[in-house]
Amino acid sequence: MEKQLTAPLTAMIQPGGMPLDVTGYEHAGGYQGLRKALTMTPEAIIAEVKRSKLRGRGGGGFPTGRKWEAVPTGPGAPRQRYLVVNADEMEPCSFKDRLLLERTPHQMIEAVIISAFAIQADTAYIFVRAEYVLAIQRLTRAAAEAQSRGYLGADILGSGFTLTIHVHASGGRYICGESSALLTALEGRRPLPRSRPPRSAMSGLWGKPSVVNNVETLCNVPHIITRGADWFLGLSRCADGGTKLYGMSGRVKRPGLWELPLGTALIEILEEHAGGMQPGYECRAVLPGGGSTAFVMRDDFDVAMDFTSMRKVGSSVGTGNILALDDRRCPVGMLHNLEHFFAQESCGWCTPCRDGLPWVERILAAIEAGEGEAGDLDTLAHHVSFLHSDSTFCDLAPGAMAPLGSALKHFRAEFEQHIREKRCPWHDTAEGWA
Amino acid sequence: MSTAEQDRKEAPLEAGLRQEIAALAQHAGHKRAAGTDALKLVQKHFGYVSDRHLSEVAALLEMTPAELDSVATFYNLIFRRPVGRHVILLCDSVACWVMGATAARAQLHERLGIHPGETTADGRFTLLPIVCLGHCDHAPAMMIDENQYGDLDPAGLDAILEGYK
Repeated sequence: MEKQLTAPLTAMIQPGGMPLDVTGYEHAGGYQGLRKALTMTPEAIIAEVKRSKLRGRGGGGFPTGRKWEAVPTGPGAPRQRYLVVNADEMEPCSFKDRLLLERTPHQMIEAVIISAFAIQADTAYIFVRAEYVLAIQRLTRAAAEAQSRGYLGADILGSGFTLTIHVHASGGRYICGESSALLTALEGRRPLPRSRPPRSAMSGLWGKPSVVNNVETLCNVPHIITRGADWFLGLSRCADGGTKLYGMSGRVKRPGLWELPLGTALIEILEEHAGGMQPGYECRAVLPGGGSTAFVMRDDFDVAMDFTSMRKVGSSVGTGNILALDDRRCPVGMLHNLEHFFAQESCGWCTPCRDGLPWVERILAAIEAGEGEAGDLDTLAHHVSFLHSDSTFCDLAPGAMAPLGSALKHFRAEFEQHIREKRCPWHDTAEGWA
Repeated sequence: MSTAEQDRKEAPLEAGLRQEIAALAQHAGHKRAAGTDALKLVQKHFGYVSDRHLSEVAALLEMTPAELDSVATFYNLIFRRPVGRHVILLCDSVACWVMGATAARAQLHERLGIHPGETTADGRFTLLPIVCLGHCDHAPAMMIDENQYGDLDPAGLDAILEGYK
């Protein structure tokens, strides 16, 4: 029956909320991937992950195997390397990594050990946002349990491979989820993003080769090693391999998370898994994968939520955690909320982002308050065209422009109505509980 | 704040705390890498990080106070000013906004008389906005100290506040 496993990431989640301890995890087949990995060469592991077409689940979608492959190897390469888990889940309306960290901490630990072995790193960090108190406790405990069974520490299971895992709790700032800023944070410096090149794979933490991967991405690794790339490719409904932890929030009947084939249609997630909208609410559009993704409108709800198809509707998979915009909330108000977030979380290092985002926020606040002016939409559009990745240091501001650019296109009439009528048409429902 | 409490916060860090910070620095390998952990440790004891304590931690980590402050002030959860006995972190991101976070904030203001960034006169609560808590399937959400709450509604919110004195 094991061969038919279709939801590997969540298969070991127990009802009731408690995670499996090390014994329970072993009985459920845990650490088998590690045992197998230690009989393979690092090159063979990377080759298998490449063949599985596993792509990053944190929003970027970069092929994992290629990221690992970029780490220099051979006699001349630096001996010290680092594997870093980006568990700094702060993308607005994303809550998938929390589930994996809290409910399957040993899966995370096993994934880290195998992945560190693949790039031959002897030190790994799991960078967790501070608010995930339970996740930090459970990961710390799982790492200690793993150590007591010989899965961590010196000479793991007699293989000669040694690994130490540090669970690091952040001080709390969205930009730490940007991989180079995350490394700067780990070094104890003000966490600003770094200039690239060099890429982290060449010069990352403390100037040493480093790989930063998302939680969900890495949790796939033990299963790929145990069951093989072909099995993994068979899980998805698209050219890339695996499942995806899709989620949904907003005024749907059953908000939540579901592990589904990568490439599941947006409409299927909304209607079948989230149960559709609550009575009295209509879904006008969605943010498909966090605050940094462009709106997808109703006409496109049949889109498959995979990396290629989402591009075709002008958006991206992002974190795959969907937020519904219903008809009782104002699109301009929603944009104002989003741009407030981005303006506040800008690290302030580069001028376009530091100055541009507060400007955008102020204009949106004015429009929402009925004080918008005729040229405001042009000024917003100018920011959308200007704050792209060639003019900013990192992807924060370009991400912030994704929902704004699409809103200016799809909600143009609503923006104009605010300015023309000098009021928010949703004023009566904008600040209520429902 | 009572005078005795004020004195404690202005006093040098006790030997035990200094040892704990030194141990963190040792464990981190590079001393400065223990910065966030050390600041949080101080904050756990005193509620916030005073100028005096920041300077002491900086010295232990072989950093200048300005360097460490550039780290401390960057983070949303390192407090450089005194806070109340309990800190309410109310999510103000977009999923909670859709689900009524604005109304939750209004109710907190009505009950406690404070806006985000303020502390009640009796020192019971500080209210701070926080970015998406990753509890979106139970929006609107908040944390009080290290406890998480979701599916907030008018009656529930009042009941939760009652639990913190």
